[in-house]
Amino acid sequence: MTFLSDKALERLRSHQAPDLSGTRYTLGELIARGGMGAVYAAEDKKLARRVALKVLDTPDGNGELTCRLMREARILAQLEHPGIVPVHDVGALPDGRVFYTMKFVEGLRLDKYIVHLDSLPQRLRLFLRVCDAVAFAHARGVLHRDLKPANIMVGSFGEVLVMDWGLAKILREHGPSLDDTVVISSQEAGSENDSTQSTLITGYGTVMGTPGYMSPEQARGETEKIDVRSDIFALGAVLNFVAVGDAQRKSPVLPRPLLAICGKATADNPSARYASVSELAADVSLHMDGLPVSAYAENVLERFGRLYKRHQIAILLITAYLIMRAVVLLLFRR
Amino acid sequence: MTTAGESFPLTRLSLLAAARSQDASERARALDILFAAYWKPVYKYIRLKFSQSPQDAQDLTQGFFAELLERELLSRFNPAKSRLRTYLRLCADSFALNEMKAASRQKRGGEFAHVALDFSAAEDELCAQAIDPASLASPESLEDLFEKEWIRSLFSSSIEELRGLCEARGKQKAFQLFEAYDLCGEADMSYAQLAASFSLSLTEVNNQLAWARREFRRITLGRLHVLCGSEEEFSREAKALFGVSTQ
Repeated sequence: MTFLSDKALERLRSHQAPDLSGTRYTLGELIARGGMGAVYAAEDKKLARRVALKVLDTPDGNGELTCRLMREARILAQLEHPGIVPVHDVGALPDGRVFYTMKFVEGLRLDKYIVHLDSLPQRLRLFLRVCDAVAFAHARGVLHRDLKPANIMVGSFGEVLVMDWGLAKILREHGPSLDDTVVISSQEAGSENDSTQSTLITGYGTVMGTPGYMSPEQARGETEKIDVRSDIFALGAVLNFVAVGDAQRKSPVLPRPLLAICGKATADNPSARYASVSELAADVSLHMDGLPVSAYAENVLERFGRLYKRHQIAILLITAYLIMRAVVLLLFRR
Repeated sequence: MTTAGESFPLTRLSLLAAARSQDASERARALDILFAAYWKPVYKYIRLKFSQSPQDAQDLTQGFFAELLERELLSRFNPAKSRLRTYLRLCADSFALNEMKAASRQKRGGEFAHVALDFSAAEDELCAQAIDPASLASPESLEDLFEKEWIRSLFSSSIEELRGLCEARGKQKAFQLFEAYDLCGEADMSYAQLAASFSLSLTEVNNQLAWARREFRRITLGRLHVLCGSEEEFSREAKALFGVSTQ
């Protein structure tokens, strides 16, 4: 049997890790691993800052994975918004694997962070910030198509960032076409494959997304039917997750209007959903302000209950005043 | 006994469950796997920690595995309390101390016949490693040694399985590249140098190495899964070994 030296042992343990020699980065720890690649922490030696580096697991030549990763990087580069993780750089490793670097977000994924938010208003405010980022992407003609709590990061200063745009779809182009030839500079790394022709990465029948957060049309692979309302479905599922909070600790009874908002956002029929993220966010905001929402037709009692909650102090003061007046009147009559 | 290079019976049934099985063949196979993975780490650990001569360390190693069977120590292992590896190391500690105290190391047997372990190879490895006894003074460094030897044993058997897989699939070139770059290669060796020395294109080197590494990882994680006491332990071990999450 082959005797393995200590050096060989170390190499075998780390050989999945990318070789960053010849780049401006020093490899750090593994942060996450996905279907096509991994995200590592890295140190940008030139700017002396920590970045996150996303790299394919294996060299893919001019293949689909390379195209997807580069496309994701270019999409992110187009989406400059405080709620969307900014991309810094793209490149290729000596073994031909492509990578891009982005802001290193220190924080927790929403599915882990949610336990730290006790109150429903806190959780809904966080959801509205997710809506802001997605609405911005939609305005730029980009669908996320994989919105879920695991793809939303909450930073240590409370900043909310929508991550993992690997399944994003371009509805319309803003600026240079993302389907142009993607040139990856790998001269310094000595790779033979220095360019890839981006191709349409989704076709009819291709199912990409996450069960539970994927719209029915997406789950059926009807890619031509996917539009902003597919992301709205996912946001509805995220809203439900956020509203329920830490389900293991307690099982809250959600207000009916909020349930109706979730229900409308996650309707099976896309035409029954909100037409835009802004509409969804507006309904959530109205609910937070104690105002009627478009998704729910309340009865008289519910309307009174909502008004009472909203103007509780004024109503109590007026009631107290009226009672005092009645008591005073009664006393004078005697 | 199965040598580590032979075909490994990958199964979803954990090693512990198999070792406790009523089926004698299942039990024997589980113990084979256990011995294959642990005999070298246990031998080297006893040899260095208790400063035993090669012959005494061999007897203690054989005796330890005999005791493991006779006293059914595996059935007492609680995956919630510790890792299987830690438990076995502590059992080996306790066994060696008791044996040395009694100074009456009788040949153990029962249903367990002494197995042919290649102690001379283990001894050669110890010499090749040139371990400084001074560096092994602390208990932590001995634990580290046991951990490292266990990883070496696991990887070595995975490599032998990978070699067999490559031969069976006619992918000897992939194994040669893997051996040249990952097992024996110099730190500064480039893929371009490798491609030139094997008269292959850079893309072929990339693809073959990627395949071999992927297979090595798959084989190793499969073996690790069988050797762990619980899914949680497997998850922790996989993360510690390769930095990967199995969730």
